[in-house]
Amino acid sequence: MATQNSRSAARLMMAPAVILLLGWMLVPLTMTLWFSFRKYLPLRGGDQGWVGFDNYVRFVSSSSFWPSVQTTLIIVGGVLIITVVFGILLALLLDQPMWGQGVVRILVIAPFFVMPTVSALVWKNIFMDPVNGLFAHLWKFFGATPVEWLSQASVQSIIMIVSWQWLPFATLILLTAVQSLDGERLEASEMDGANPLQRFGYIVLPHLARAITIVVLIQTIFLLSIFAEIFVTTGGAFGTKTLSYLIFQRVLESQNIGLGSAGGIYAVILANIVAIFLMRIVGKNLDA
Amino acid sequence: MGRITLKEVTKSFGTVEVIKPINLEIEDGEFVVFVGPSGCGKSTLLRLIAGLEDVTSGHIEINGTDATAIPPAKRGLAMVFQSYALYPHMSVRKNIAFPLKMAGVDKTEINRKVDEAARVLNLSDYIDRRPGQLSGGQRQRVAIGRAIVREPDAFLFDEPLSNLDAALRGNMRLEISELHQTLATTMIYVTHDQVEAMTMANKIVVLRDGIIEQVGAPIDLYKNPRNLFVAEFIGSPKMNIIKGDAATELGAPTVGIRPEHLEVSKTKGKWKGTVGVSEHLGSDTFLHIEAEGIGTVNVRADGEIDLHHGDVAWLTPQVDKLHRFDATGLAI
Amino acid sequence: MARSITTQRKTINTVLAWAIGLLIFFPILWTILTSFKTEAQAINDPPIFLFFDWTLENYSVVQERSNYARFLWNSIFIAGGSTLLGVIIAIPAAWSMAFVPSKRTKDILLWMLSTKMLPAVGVLYPIYLLFIKFGLLDSVLGLTIVIMLINLPIIVWMLYTYFREIPVDILEAARMDGASLKSEILYVLTPMAVPGIASTLLLNFILAWNEAFWTLNLTAAKAGPLTAFIASYSSPEGLFYAKLSAASTMAILPILILGWFSQKQLVRGLTFGAVK
Repeated sequence: MATQNSRSAARLMMAPAVILLLGWMLVPLTMTLWFSFRKYLPLRGGDQGWVGFDNYVRFVSSSSFWPSVQTTLIIVGGVLIITVVFGILLALLLDQPMWGQGVVRILVIAPFFVMPTVSALVWKNIFMDPVNGLFAHLWKFFGATPVEWLSQASVQSIIMIVSWQWLPFATLILLTAVQSLDGERLEASEMDGANPLQRFGYIVLPHLARAITIVVLIQTIFLLSIFAEIFVTTGGAFGTKTLSYLIFQRVLESQNIGLGSAGGIYAVILANIVAIFLMRIVGKNLDA
Repeated sequence: MGRITLKEVTKSFGTVEVIKPINLEIEDGEFVVFVGPSGCGKSTLLRLIAGLEDVTSGHIEINGTDATAIPPAKRGLAMVFQSYALYPHMSVRKNIAFPLKMAGVDKTEINRKVDEAARVLNLSDYIDRRPGQLSGGQRQRVAIGRAIVREPDAFLFDEPLSNLDAALRGNMRLEISELHQTLATTMIYVTHDQVEAMTMANKIVVLRDGIIEQVGAPIDLYKNPRNLFVAEFIGSPKMNIIKGDAATELGAPTVGIRPEHLEVSKTKGKWKGTVGVSEHLGSDTFLHIEAEGIGTVNVRADGEIDLHHGDVAWLTPQVDKLHRFDATGLAI
Repeated sequence: MARSITTQRKTINTVLAWAIGLLIFFPILWTILTSFKTEAQAINDPPIFLFFDWTLENYSVVQERSNYARFLWNSIFIAGGSTLLGVIIAIPAAWSMAFVPSKRTKDILLWMLSTKMLPAVGVLYPIYLLFIKFGLLDSVLGLTIVIMLINLPIIVWMLYTYFREIPVDILEAARMDGASLKSEILYVLTPMAVPGIASTLLLNFILAWNEAFWTLNLTAAKAGPLTAFIASYSSPEGLFYAKLSAASTMAILPILILGWFSQKQLVRGLTFGAVK
């Protein structure tokens, strides 16, 4: 409900944001799409013309493609499981009455605000270094041989670093959802004779379902493109090359733009599949 | 000057026609009330006049010039909203001063006018408070203050009293009426409450489903409703509608009798009935009587009358005060 | 809840929660502690927790050696500039969507969200090329623009959800009071939305401050913010734990403090209003 006047004003005022984002999306994407059909090696002969779907086929059939997909899935899946499970437990714990709740909350949330390069570096050196790292000291204290984390258990290490960064996010959102749970409903189920486990299964978990879905979807989008954590720690070595890191290497390290662009298009498609689910949920919320 | 003319004004939201072609003349200085049940289009009509909505077709003239395409800010009208719509981040003083500030009035003049308005509306003690710290009635007065300082050609009120409790509503009704006496500016007032309409208006516009059912002075509408809808809508308690044989006997397919136009007797009368509920208000007694062959009839009787649940009562209509309607509901 | 909890239960909760909280916070705490140690103490076996010779030497060394001030200034300028610019562009857009909604509003909002989900690596080379072409590579301006663009959807969304809570009546009242669109937004909407705008600024400042992908790929020595400054410590030669810790502490402390203020808005901002 509004007048013609305000509608045209609205269109005008929306224009800068829409045009900027449209440009930001369309221009580079079109270029990527264009490059993906060309043999383009800036350092080795430049643009060598149209090659059709060659890059797409080569990207998928290269020996590093499937391992990178596997690594991506393991890292994303691992972080999701850890953050959601521990996030629920932590949210339930933090919802309980206790002394110093505010302070604990701050402690738990803190890692989210640490910039990715810092957390990657600190973990890599101060904790995971096989000689001087804190873990090495701990292992030696118990008489064990220190683990060379980032080469022997590289994927696990990265999952751990990234989980540490994202656990606060999951916890905070799930805590918000837990707090919106009506206490009377829990009490009613207790009156009905449900034990704590049943109460969790039948009341709490269904109530959290939407928040969990949102956590999973949003994290998936961010996790699919984690970069600094790998760049700083292993540089993609020791089986930590994710799909997006592989594309990054194709583009900037081996300067094979055509191949990298084809990979980029795959990544865009993959992200969009996840995005569709997220937008459905967010969109439903808009109508409410 | 505040003469407003609506010419063939319509408004549709999508395919729904909320206002069907409406013609209306509002004279300078009139207190016009738009009244009707919810969804009749009365608020939409007010917003069209305000310029907060575009008309779908037709013209709105203010003081003889076509204002259809003029934005609300430039129509020279002031509006009081149902929710008061005060600026929560500004003090009472700044709220009232806002229209003057927008008009570029100089500071000393603004202060003078705001102080004057605050005095008239008994707001001087609250002038530095925020709206959040005021009661409902005080907020209402601030909203009115904000409207009067800009000396508009007409005031628009959109159900301004519906958020107040009953006692306060009575007071504010009086205050707004007094304000109209003092300022003698055109006021257009939207309400669903026919009591407000009857007590405040010079001219009532009864709306239903986007159509004007009748326009007239309150007493005119009360005495000579043009059709069944107006007859039933205006007046409290509601007019009794009688159909069938009893109506035919009185000379029309449908007959309306106001509750005060029925004589009640314990012993004799035209129709026999049994008292269902009797509400003794002191000054009046409202009786709900189950009359044989007619149905439930509302009667306004003397405050002293001694009739209670289960008593037999006799009713006699005052024949000269009857309203007769034809089969389509139009007054004969 | 009108339920009495036994002190014993509360004690168990408290101990457990504090233990987990401290465990999660420990890496940050350890980094801060290490920054005050000497290099020898930093790698001492067994590790020293509190009883070392506190020193500020690392901080002065880091500042002297790597021109910390310039990186800090770049960080502030890029995070602040991109956020401010984004909010200025987003306020009118959010006004339009919140108060003059049309059938397409929802689609536009969701589309904006979808641009946020575009994998950066997919458009890395085109942006790189464009940056070279327009001379924006390793420039503060270029990075400010890119970070503004990647955060713009979040800014629009956050402002939109805050604006929607403001009754439209009040804006209409302003219109009736003779306010132009500019005055309506400037004198009525913006002051009423100050808390929402402030949290939007805060959260996006944090996100911009911590951005790593574009920062690492589009800047070098000249325009690099703190993210890049820290990354330069990853080169294996001259690795000093205490100095690394000092540099890290300087990079995260300001944002840690800001972040603690914004915890509530974080949920709303990062879930696009889907969880409040």
